[in-house]
Amino acid sequence: MAIRYLIEKEFKQFGRNPFLSKFVFIFPLIMLSILPLAANFEVKDLNLSVIDNNHTSYSSRLIQKIAASRYFHLTDVSANYRQAMKSIEQDKADIILEIPANFEKDLVREKFARVMISANAVNGMKGGLGSAYLAGILAEYNAEIRQELLPSSVSSTQAGVEVTKLFRYNPLLEYKYMMVPAIMVMLLTMICGFLPAFNIVSEKEAGTIEQMNVTPVSKFSLILSKLIPYWVIGFIVLNICFGVAWLIYDLWPKGSLLTIYLFASVFVLAFSGLGLIISNYARTLQQAMFMVFFIVITFIFLSGLYTPVDNMPQWARYISDISPLKYFVRVMRLVYLKGSSTVDLIQPFLALCGFATVFNVWAVLSYRKSQ
Amino acid sequence: MENWTFFMAFVRKEFYHIFRDKMSMLILLVMPVLMLVLFGYALNTEVKNSKLAVYDPSQDEATRAIVEKLQVNNYFVLSRMLKSPEEVDKAFKSGEVAMVVVFSEHFYESLAHGGKAQIQLIADGTDPNTANTITTYASTIVNNYQQELLKTGAIPYQIQPELKLLYNPSMTAAYNFVPGVMGMIILLICAMMTSVSIAREKENGTMEVLLVSPMKPIYVILSKAVPYFFLSIVNLVTILCMSVFVMGVPVAGSLFWLIALSLLYIFVSLALGLLISSVVNTQMAAMLISAMGLMMPVMLLSGMLFPVENMPIALRALSDIVPARWYIMAVRKIMIKGLSVGSILTELAVLGTMLIVLITVSLRNFKIRLE
Repeated sequence: MAIRYLIEKEFKQFGRNPFLSKFVFIFPLIMLSILPLAANFEVKDLNLSVIDNNHTSYSSRLIQKIAASRYFHLTDVSANYRQAMKSIEQDKADIILEIPANFEKDLVREKFARVMISANAVNGMKGGLGSAYLAGILAEYNAEIRQELLPSSVSSTQAGVEVTKLFRYNPLLEYKYMMVPAIMVMLLTMICGFLPAFNIVSEKEAGTIEQMNVTPVSKFSLILSKLIPYWVIGFIVLNICFGVAWLIYDLWPKGSLLTIYLFASVFVLAFSGLGLIISNYARTLQQAMFMVFFIVITFIFLSGLYTPVDNMPQWARYISDISPLKYFVRVMRLVYLKGSSTVDLIQPFLALCGFATVFNVWAVLSYRKSQ
Repeated sequence: MENWTFFMAFVRKEFYHIFRDKMSMLILLVMPVLMLVLFGYALNTEVKNSKLAVYDPSQDEATRAIVEKLQVNNYFVLSRMLKSPEEVDKAFKSGEVAMVVVFSEHFYESLAHGGKAQIQLIADGTDPNTANTITTYASTIVNNYQQELLKTGAIPYQIQPELKLLYNPSMTAAYNFVPGVMGMIILLICAMMTSVSIAREKENGTMEVLLVSPMKPIYVILSKAVPYFFLSIVNLVTILCMSVFVMGVPVAGSLFWLIALSLLYIFVSLALGLLISSVVNTQMAAMLISAMGLMMPVMLLSGMLFPVENMPIALRALSDIVPARWYIMAVRKIMIKGLSVGSILTELAVLGTMLIVLITVSLRNFKIRLE
């Protein structure tokens, strides 16, 4: 039963490092309580700068209607386009609405008027959605005006399609519900990816690995003894996360905790295995650090954690297919927010099992007891 | 004069350290380029290829036409037709579809006879951004279809908005994300390199040897930052070339000021690395703080992905102390908007102050004598 002593050794080594043992508990606690609040793509409270060259009841009614909507803040009324552009340049305004001087005259006499919308599109999504919202309000205003000006017989042909929108699982479209499960995965990835990657290589640097190599312990039990502690740490981190999510965000998995435990155990096994592979190939701690940093950050960005995988170009989607994170992020969100059960999640489960097998077999094979 | 010779000798020694470890050097030079390209393309908030399920009890020409229209542009991909309303839940729970379109019964009949026909758009609210965007797209498409169907001619009293998207007319996501990725890469790589290399000397005990030399300790430490400064310049040049020639993000403003700004930012990042190395004693701790400890705040609080103005007030204050936030803001102004240096004076001043504070604190923190 050499493996028992090996595991005991790993835990002792871990506990002896005061920085590491504190870090593992405090890091997820702080990160999960702060960061999900920062992750918000929502486009609202856009700052609007209006140039009203018309100054009639028509134009001021339009401005009032926009200011009353929940999307826009009227930040300033500019005298001309140049001044409004200044606000855009200083990020004081996001969007400009320019009402031409003959707006009322055109609308009433010519029955056709124009307004100009200029949106800051450095953030393309914000610029695009913002101008779509503004165009929407304009269309509503347009319909009101039309009803007032047209004889009632003409305007009553309003039959047609009624479209209703429903947002399932998150009716208020709150961002934090999407981010909390994802950030848990990120924390788990970092802790269970970084630490194993440093483990073997730091024994190499310290020279203690040689002492291990001359013992009759098999490669398999050596790797296993390195894996199990991270598995335990992963579970501790996961439980801290459950607690924080419940206390701060009032979020508890809709599905079963057991489902999450099941997936987490396979995921941690897979990712720690990946860390050990890196540790096997790196000659110095520094190399291991840079490699694992690059791999972890790539997997995080391509996993759909921040921006959906569907939006990515095809080649990036292929890379995300080989990232265990992609599957686990999906599973966490599904179980947490939709209450999916293991039966719904067979495909990601098989994928994660595949990763766990491949990475760990690779870790055992790439470990060399003799140079 | 003598001091200078000493200093140069120290710098040369550092260069030897770097050149000797070919693997690490390769990682440091290639990683930023790969990261920029990977994330520049993959990070995309522009919704595409959203998977669609349709429940259509009518199966008539109107519903077929609408389903076809939804698929014309690449916003939606029809994933499957549902046979019963009960399947809606199952489709969501396996995470296969982003939206379900439900038509009412006898859709075309009710529409043709002047009545109302209903469409329900049920979107998966767990991703609020996608849910919001795709329901907006889909209802616009339905509305367009309806207008075609009704064949309404010229509508009187029309207000037409003229839309102008400033700085980024094609709403390319890279314009927004490339400055963000630049800010992240430079900060993380610089802080990692310096903190790990100094911590290594401490861990190996060679720091003591350096400190007993006739050089002032300040110069010992600064000499460690010099080679990494040059390495960072190489990285900066490759990153800029990649973003202009590969990513197609042009430098709209002054290249000189963009480089000056970036050099200042590199100094800040190196100083941050110095600060980290002054408080830790092991490479592992240096790495955990500089990679993990910095990675999450930089990703989430810098405005790289999530707009700072969406954050709660406390987090906005927190993001003020993240150097990447100021750099990214300034790069967006100079590189994307093409503004003059006058517009980034605040950012330059903040970064300058950060540099002075970081250097002062880390030099004061450095224990000249090791225990």
